[in-house]
Amino acid sequence: MLAFTIYLSFAGALLLAIMPRAWARAARVFALLVAVAGFAVGVAGFIQSRGQASDAIADLAWVPQMGIHYTLAADGISRVLVLLTGLAAVAGILFSWNIGDAEGDRANEFFAFFLALIGGVYGVFLSVDLFLLFVFYEIAIVPKYFLIAIWGSTRREYAAMKLALYSFAGSAMVLIGLLAAYAQAGGHTMNLQALAQYPFPVSFQMWAFPLVFTGFAILAGMWPFHTWAPTGHVAAPTAASMLLAGVVMKLGAYGCLRVAMTMFPHGLDPWGFSLLGIGSWRTVFALFAVIGILYGAAVALVQNDFKFVIGYSSVSHMGLVMLGLLTLTQIGIDGAVLQMFSHGILAGLLFATVGRIVYVRTHTRDLGGLSKLQLGKAMPFAAAVFVIAGMASMGLPGFSGFIAEVQVLIGAWRSFPWFATVAGVGIVVGVAYTWRAMQRAFFSDVKMLDTQGVAVPVPEYGPVTWPEIAGTILLAGTSLLIGLYPRLLLDVISPAVQALPHALLTGGR
Amino acid sequence: MNILVNYSSLFAITLPETILEVVSLLVLVVDLAWLRKTAQATRMATACMLGVAGSVLAILWLIAHPASMSFAGGALVVTPLVAAVQIGIVLLTALVLLLSIKAEFSRNPGEFVAIVLLATTGMMLVVAARDLLIIFVALELLSLSLYALTAFAKNSAQSAEAALKYYLFGGMSAALMLFGFSYLYGLTGTTNLSQMTYALSGSQLPLAVVALVLVAAGLGFKIAAVPFHLWTPDTYQGAPAPVAALIASGSKVASFALLVAVTDGIVASPSSGSGNRTWIVLLIAMAAGSIVLGNLAALAQTSVRRLLAYSAIAHAGYMLLGIAANTPVSGAAVIYYALTYALTTVGAFGVIAIVERATGSDRFDAFAGLSKRNPLLAATMLVFLLSLAGIPPLVGFWAKFNLFAAVLRAPNTASWPLALVVVALAASAVSLYYYLQVLKRVYVVKSANTEPMPVSLVELATLAAIALAVLLLGIFPGLLSAWIPLG
Repeated sequence: MLAFTIYLSFAGALLLAIMPRAWARAARVFALLVAVAGFAVGVAGFIQSRGQASDAIADLAWVPQMGIHYTLAADGISRVLVLLTGLAAVAGILFSWNIGDAEGDRANEFFAFFLALIGGVYGVFLSVDLFLLFVFYEIAIVPKYFLIAIWGSTRREYAAMKLALYSFAGSAMVLIGLLAAYAQAGGHTMNLQALAQYPFPVSFQMWAFPLVFTGFAILAGMWPFHTWAPTGHVAAPTAASMLLAGVVMKLGAYGCLRVAMTMFPHGLDPWGFSLLGIGSWRTVFALFAVIGILYGAAVALVQNDFKFVIGYSSVSHMGLVMLGLLTLTQIGIDGAVLQMFSHGILAGLLFATVGRIVYVRTHTRDLGGLSKLQLGKAMPFAAAVFVIAGMASMGLPGFSGFIAEVQVLIGAWRSFPWFATVAGVGIVVGVAYTWRAMQRAFFSDVKMLDTQGVAVPVPEYGPVTWPEIAGTILLAGTSLLIGLYPRLLLDVISPAVQALPHALLTGGR
Repeated sequence: MNILVNYSSLFAITLPETILEVVSLLVLVVDLAWLRKTAQATRMATACMLGVAGSVLAILWLIAHPASMSFAGGALVVTPLVAAVQIGIVLLTALVLLLSIKAEFSRNPGEFVAIVLLATTGMMLVVAARDLLIIFVALELLSLSLYALTAFAKNSAQSAEAALKYYLFGGMSAALMLFGFSYLYGLTGTTNLSQMTYALSGSQLPLAVVALVLVAAGLGFKIAAVPFHLWTPDTYQGAPAPVAALIASGSKVASFALLVAVTDGIVASPSSGSGNRTWIVLLIAMAAGSIVLGNLAALAQTSVRRLLAYSAIAHAGYMLLGIAANTPVSGAAVIYYALTYALTTVGAFGVIAIVERATGSDRFDAFAGLSKRNPLLAATMLVFLLSLAGIPPLVGFWAKFNLFAAVLRAPNTASWPLALVVVALAASAVSLYYYLQVLKRVYVVKSANTEPMPVSLVELATLAAIALAVLLLGIFPGLLSAWIPLG
């Protein structure tokens, strides 16, 4: 049943692509309907399969001569991420409701690319056959390029090309690893489960693992391969930023866990020698993750473009996801998956506030400029939304981010006590940059003075529209729901994590 | 070599070629006898449609008679795979002719179509030939036709220049190849590839090395592999668009099919353990050079034709990897790659021809705003270029996957396959940049000129059909497996 998320999205994209240009308003209503339908299918599949470990969805021979099958299945991790994708799609369309208002917006093309991207993302989360997974993974690259290059802002062509090349380079690395594994295992199957059973020689895993892991980690925004992320997020139109941070970066983290770590668990083993205290790929990548957490937070602290603050905070939060995965503990991986969900929602909400609710009205994202506008008074709705999203994002109890971060830190404490400490510092810096951005953008008491030195009255901005309210309620409500009742997701995630290869749950011992 | 020639079996084996030759004469007669006074456009359309009809006839014959035949002790061989390649080549020619219906570069449409059909005959013979002499004659028929076609735009200085460069390089490399062939004959006492396998296997004589280098130069020229690629950019840029499409498609397919057969003949199969290392080393060197140089040089281009020329060099490099792996599976994968690549390239040149007609240029700027000026044309260009870049679910991705999987699965203890597949995939990540440079003009950059771009129905339908085929073959890669075996 979950397979219909994929089919609906691609069918919707196709119809939008051939829809006449004049039907811009109809296009966005149609896109919203498709996204809602996809989300509904995701929710229904989630409810229906509660308590089941993993359900096979489809299994058809595709290229049987080469052992390639069209195999879809969903375990708990996939189901949660499908749910996230549905939420992000619906919210993304709600927050781009202004596209199609003006002549020449090319609204139907925008929503066609948007739904094609969503379809690819659904496909990655549901694929069990690695060939299929890779096909969907690459399908998601091209729409990103066009969404940013056509509808983006600051240095959009540069950012779009950078993002596309980083993604493609990463997927080339993944493809090398997959092809080598396929050939090594005799060229009979591309099924993930079957390949995970195959005893690849340790020497093979030792080079294939870092290659595939890095390939996926590029898309997850892992330091030092993160540089596409801030520029891409900033240049992208709001809905695309929401998708990039919300689900596309999760594709990378998901690939790291589902493909690299599951197929080559011995790639995480110690090398047998240690260089500067680093003795395995696991430590190398955990170190990268921790540096990402701290570096992203520190850079976010000094940004003046509001979107860059959120962009670098994404790098920081994704570092937490990667750290959680590499703890190789049940609680750490649980936390990482939950953090994927939580960050997907909250980053979406933050980008929506900055890029849609504030920017469309003020036409600036410069914190210095915003601080003179008294937005706390002029735009109480935006201020309230940002406070909620910011609080949730910095890990305030009661919101989804808290549970996830605590779990990751507990797992990290067991596996890498030093890294856990540094990650904790990163989270504190996270509080600081969120606070700073909030204070400067919304609650600054600098007044804008005119030439005579008299305070200019607070300007009037357009009213808050219903799609903005609906999108906000959807995202903030979900974060609160998960924060208050995390078992809703954790009960589904934990069994799936338990079912991972045993080597991934040993804490590295 | 005292073989009694059985002419009826020769006729049976070359009937499709004969059909094309008869039609090419027919085209000349019809054009000269009845159409001299009619409008130029009518003459071109009639000639092209006659050529298409002949191609269809030849294809139908090939499909209806799927026999395995051999002539004169294996000098000409038709196997199901050879027949599949021949069908592909004739189909490509038919598509090129359909896309030339509106072409205005020539005042002699009858001669143009006739020579295109002769070139196609040459390609088909190249694919079937297994004897050095027949290979050489067939290659010369193909090459001489292509030189003439390149110069066909008589009012264009570029066309003449391109033809001269193509001819000089081609003549030189043909001479080298013939020289190499003569050494091979001297060394082995046979001109037949299948007997050569045995005689040459394991031979490391210096003379054998010289002979193989000379043959590699000749074949490397035909497939535009580094360092024999220098003619490619100028010819692709200067030749009339349909001719460039023909050089990039059918001629490439035929040359790669020949290379597969020659490699099979020169190198004993790797399972026998005593392959001729020299030939494999030459192939690997050409492959690595083509992949790296083709992709890097393409980055700097601002003319779409030259960009496609360098990308053709890069694609030749990928295919050479499959030939160097030298297994039946990798040979089939190369042929699959060559055919689908050729199909995509014909489509891309079709779009270029239409844009050139409307704007007078093939530079990046000419493509600006194409998505506004003609959305369907833009969409087909999107499909073609993304397929060349190897993005799924288009056939270019599947062809690459199939090829590289075959290379890695070759029973070979050497480490070059993995190393070169890594280079190839890294380079193909680079290639996305230059393909996106064109697509950026098509979809992102706004153009001052937003008038609809005129396209004839035949052209648009042909391009849409090619794009659809590229998409469907990518989604259902098994569609061709009846003709070209997969892994």
